[in-house]
Formats: sequence, C-alpha cells, structure tokens
Amino acid sequence: MGEQKSLTIKGNMATALGAKLCRPNVVPAYPITPSTLFPEKMSEFIADGELDASMINVESEHSAMSACIGASATGARVVTASASQGVALMHEMLFIASGMRLPIVMAVGNRALSAPINIWCDHQDTIASRDSGWLQFYAENNQEGLDLMINAFRIAEDDRVLLPVMVGIDAFVLTHTIEGVDVPAQEDVDNFLPTYDPKQGTLNPKEPATFGSFAPPEFYQEFKQAQTQAIEDSRSVIDEVFDDYAERFGRQYNKVSTFECDDADIILLTMGSMSGTAREAVRKMRKDGKKVGLAKLTVFRPFPMPELKDILGDAKGVAVIERNISPGFGGAVFAELGATFVNEKDRPIMKNFITGLGGRDIFIENFEEMYQKTKDAVEASKVEEPVEWINMNEEVTR
Amino acid sequence: MAEQMEGDVIGGKKIQEKYLRDEMMPHIFCNGCGLGNVLDYVLWAVEKEGFDMDKTVFLSGIGCSSRIPGYIDADALHTTHGRALGFATGVKMANPELNVIVFTGDGDCIGIGGNHFIHAARRNLNITVIAVNNYIYGMTGGQVAPTTPEGHFGTTAPYGNIESPFDMSKMAIAAGATYVARWPVYRPNQPINSIREGLRNNGFSFIEMMSPCTTAYGRRNKFREIKDLWDFYIDNTILKEEYEMTMKFGSEEEKEAAKDKIIIGELHKISKKPLEDRYRDLVKELME
Repeated sequence: MGEQKSLTIKGNMATALGAKLCRPNVVPAYPITPSTLFPEKMSEFIADGELDASMINVESEHSAMSACIGASATGARVVTASASQGVALMHEMLFIASGMRLPIVMAVGNRALSAPINIWCDHQDTIASRDSGWLQFYAENNQEGLDLMINAFRIAEDDRVLLPVMVGIDAFVLTHTIEGVDVPAQEDVDNFLPTYDPKQGTLNPKEPATFGSFAPPEFYQEFKQAQTQAIEDSRSVIDEVFDDYAERFGRQYNKVSTFECDDADIILLTMGSMSGTAREAVRKMRKDGKKVGLAKLTVFRPFPMPELKDILGDAKGVAVIERNISPGFGGAVFAELGATFVNEKDRPIMKNFITGLGGRDIFIENFEEMYQKTKDAVEASKVEEPVEWINMNEEVTR
Repeated sequence: MAEQMEGDVIGGKKIQEKYLRDEMMPHIFCNGCGLGNVLDYVLWAVEKEGFDMDKTVFLSGIGCSSRIPGYIDADALHTTHGRALGFATGVKMANPELNVIVFTGDGDCIGIGGNHFIHAARRNLNITVIAVNNYIYGMTGGQVAPTTPEGHFGTTAPYGNIESPFDMSKMAIAAGATYVARWPVYRPNQPINSIREGLRNNGFSFIEMMSPCTTAYGRRNKFREIKDLWDFYIDNTILKEEYEMTMKFGSEEEKEAAKDKIIIGELHKISKKPLEDRYRDLVKELME
C-alpha cells in the first residue's frame, strides 16, 4: 500500500482529485457556480499530462450529459460535475443515462434552484433528480467527497449495478471550503478500481449494439423493472464496496452513519455538511444529559430502508432535518422515512424540519430547538405540525 | 446636438438618478469591465427615444451582463441561463405594446442559449437584444466560450482554444435579424445611435457590444491593463465602410490585413414585418 498524502484543499478539488485517481477517459463539462473548479482542475490535469483523458468543453449542461452518455456508451469511463440549474437542465438526460445503464459519475455542488436566483447550498437540485434512476451519495466533508467519488465508480461499474451515480458536496460549505483531505496513492486506487470492462455491449463497430431504441408497451415495463432491480441489487454492492474501501484505506462508509444512537430517545436524521454541526449539537446536548443521537444519510438512493428501520426503530422520536422542500408536502426524506415505517407497528414519532435553504446557516441552537420540538411531540404523543420551518428571518417574514 | 453626448445631465437631472436603483449600488462589475458603459449607453438611448419606463421590460439570462436589469428602475425578468429570449417571446406575444429589451452575454446568447437566439431572430420578434461580448465565460471565472478566439486562453483551455469561435452578429444576420450593429464599448456615440436605431426598428434588433472582461479574460491573455484590451479592440476592428472601401480600392496587402479584422458598425438593416404584427394580421384576416 502506498502512503496517503495529506492535502489541504477545497471540496471541488477533493472531488476532482477523487475523479482523477479513477482515471476517467472522457470529461465533458460545463462550468456552473459552485462546481466550476472541477472542470477547471480536470482540464489542468489533462493539460499537464497528469491525466490521459479527453476534455469536452460543451455549450450547456444538457450537452454535457449528452456527451457523457455518448462517451460512456462506447465503453469509456466518464465523469462530469454540475450543480443547481445545471442538474435541472440535465434532467432529461439523467433518465437516458440510467435507462441505458451507463455508469457515469457526476460530482454535484448541491445548490438551490431558481427562482429567485441563489447560488448557495441546499439539496433541491439533486432531490429533484430523485426519480431519475441515479444512485445518490451525499458527503459531509471534503474527505467524504473524495472517497465517495472513488467508491461511486466502483459501485456504478459493478456488473450487478451498471447505473450512474451522483456525489453531492454542499455548495460553498464544502465546494469552496479548504479542509484537510487524505488522498490515496494512485496504485492503490488502481487496485481498488479495476479498468472499466463493460460486458453489456458498447458502441463498437465489430459488435454492433443499439442503445435506447423504441420499447413498446410489451417491453417497456420490463426494462424499468430490470433497472429498478439493479438499484435494489446495488444495496449489497454498496456495502461490499464500502467495506473493501475501509479495509484498504481505513475510512469506513455506511449508507447511514450513527453517532450516540444506541440509547437515544430522540435521533436527528441529517444529510450533507449539516451533519458536522449536528454532531456538535449532539455532543453538547449529551453533556446536558439529553438522550439524543445522530443518524447521517450518506446514501439517499437507493433509500436505505432496512438500515433506517434498524437504527431508528427503537427511538421514541426522529427529527428529519432537510435542506429540500417538496412544496405541497414537506421534505423528501421525511416522506420516504414515513413510508419506510408505514407497515411497522412500533415506530418513532417523526417530525420534519425544513431549514438551511439557499445557504441559510444551520446553527447548534437550531438543532437544539429541533430536538426540543421533537421531544415535546414525543411527550405529548402527538404531532400537531408535522412539517416545520426552522431559523426563519423574522425581519422578512414579519 | 441631440446626437451628441451632453455630459451625464439631462434636463437638470442626472441620468443615473432617473433610471438606476440606488439601493442596488455598489454594482458588482469589476474595474475595467465594460458593462457599466453598456448600461449607460442603453439608458441614454432609452432617454433619447423617450421610452416610457412603465411600458418597458428588461430581461436577462445568467451571467455578468444579465445582472444589468437589476440596476434599472423598471420591470425586469431575470431568468435562467440562455433562456431570456424564450421568456421575451412570451412577454412580447402576450403584450405587444411593451418595449422589450434583453441584456445577454456571449455565453448566455450564443452558447447555452444559441437555439433560442436563432429562433427569436428567425421569427423577427420585435425586441432589442443588447449582447455584451467579452469573449469568455466571465462570471464563472474565465472558461473558454463559443466566442473565444482561437489560440486565446481560458481556464478550460490552458494551452489555448482550439475551437473556431462564433461571430454573433453574422449569426444574427444569417438567422433573420432585421437590424444588426456591432461596436466596441470605447466608442460612446455610435453605440447609442445604434441602440436607438434598434429600439426604433420594428423587428429583431441585435446590438453586439465588444466589452472587456479584465478579470477573467484580460488577465489570462496578456492584456495586463485595462487599456490593453481597448487597444486590442482598436487594432483589430475595422469600420464596415472602411472595410468595403479597402476591399474595392485597397492594395492586396491592405486587403489581407482587413480580412483578419472584426468588422464594426451598422452591419445590417432591412425592413420586414415582425412576428407579432404578422400574427395580429392573420388573426384579423381570419376573423373578417
């Protein structure tokens, strides 16, 4: 094993380095705040001879994903990056990528959607792509950003999966924040991630194949079922790959990571960079004798139902804290967690908190407030307001 | 004297006070950026044409130039990247009485929004497009754009651009625009006159403003000072009339030199009924 190199880098650089270590062949990309550094760095790696790949400077995100699909269909390893409106503009193509079972990996700098225009962090962009058939991972910090990129390629390209993966790092909180990151040695990543060798057929004149052609009512549903089965099968592959990564590189990833959950009455369920602050809030509350824990979702697609049942099943209350909103309902995770427990006799009281939209900071006292509200609901044995908005700007809402 | 600059005071009132939103200042534009000039020229043109601000809508997409409508005290739609002309089509067709002015950049207009651009021009929608061309993706920090000249540098073209650039004005003419002009920002009078012409034109008017991006473009392309970019425009542009004279009467050497230059001036002007008039006429005809 080579030595891991400690670097102090931005989140975008972490995902770019993670991608580079996976030796992609083609990088089609279009700049967008806050992900722009990714294509810039990839272009530099290529120009400096550190990476043997083709860079395609396309004219829109729609074209970026189109080029990803074309390149991936030839059997190339493909990576791109985007955010917000870019992911929204790709929307049509996201379904094509997953429907053609192409293991493209995309780093997303999770950013709010317009209107009004906002360049800061929330998860609306990838959550809105929830049903596109992509696997979705969310990083808490830059180290996770790098590691998840490497894991993403291995999972995506696994014969049992063959699906695209997006890795989310929070806009600015991670993309533009400098943190210490341990970078694995190239030869170790090479050993962890074999060369992409597609067995399902590629665009190759010697063995012609057609991708994405017409599927009439007699066949379409079977295609979709097979695709859905693949994402179901990815559950065990994700565990396998995460464990192998931990063995090789010493960092264990889980679909859901826990902190102080064992005896917790109330568990905070988070996603992305807010988990760091939430962990501090849990530590503080634990000192005050409060029985609170933290569960962090790293994998949102496939939604880790069994793991969440296991972790949250014995708690009295769960605070589902989300940087996304499905207007007319509530948060996406809340909906899915509710459905996860719908057939369970014993289930925790669940409260949904929408906060941190468009870059609004989430502070320790906000987590304390959300804990308290959930605890109050548990004590009252009823939830009067299932979805609440936290840390509103009183001057604006007044 | 109406065609001359009269300082920044009109009828005893500063043009900035009349048209700009104080609360939006200071603006976000960098030192040496041409967007302030472009905004100024458009406001002068609007003032001289006597446009009613209550009947004027400014639209924009995404990018530095698209921030302009935010500074103007008038109705504005700040939309998504490349789509301002799509939104503008909706505004104009829904209420043809409105004056519609679109601010866009080279990336916004001919990159991500290229399709909307050629189709708005093809339909000859009666709107005025102010396309600010800085030859780079400025707001995201200097990535190569579809207008970046060959060999010039961007963060995604560290060894120089190998793609052929678009000529936005030629595209506009080819697609069907009825008024097209191109000016560098260092000339104030001609752009104002062209913008006025554009505002008066009953059809798709396209005014391309060559505008320096010192931060993202100049810095990477050895234009170390603001003046260097202005000089670059001076050295590499030729007035349309001069170009035509050179091609008729110039020596072979002069012709060769002229061929490499960017032609500026009033490039295209024809008369053609705009989409909304044709639509109205058709409805009228069918109803009779």
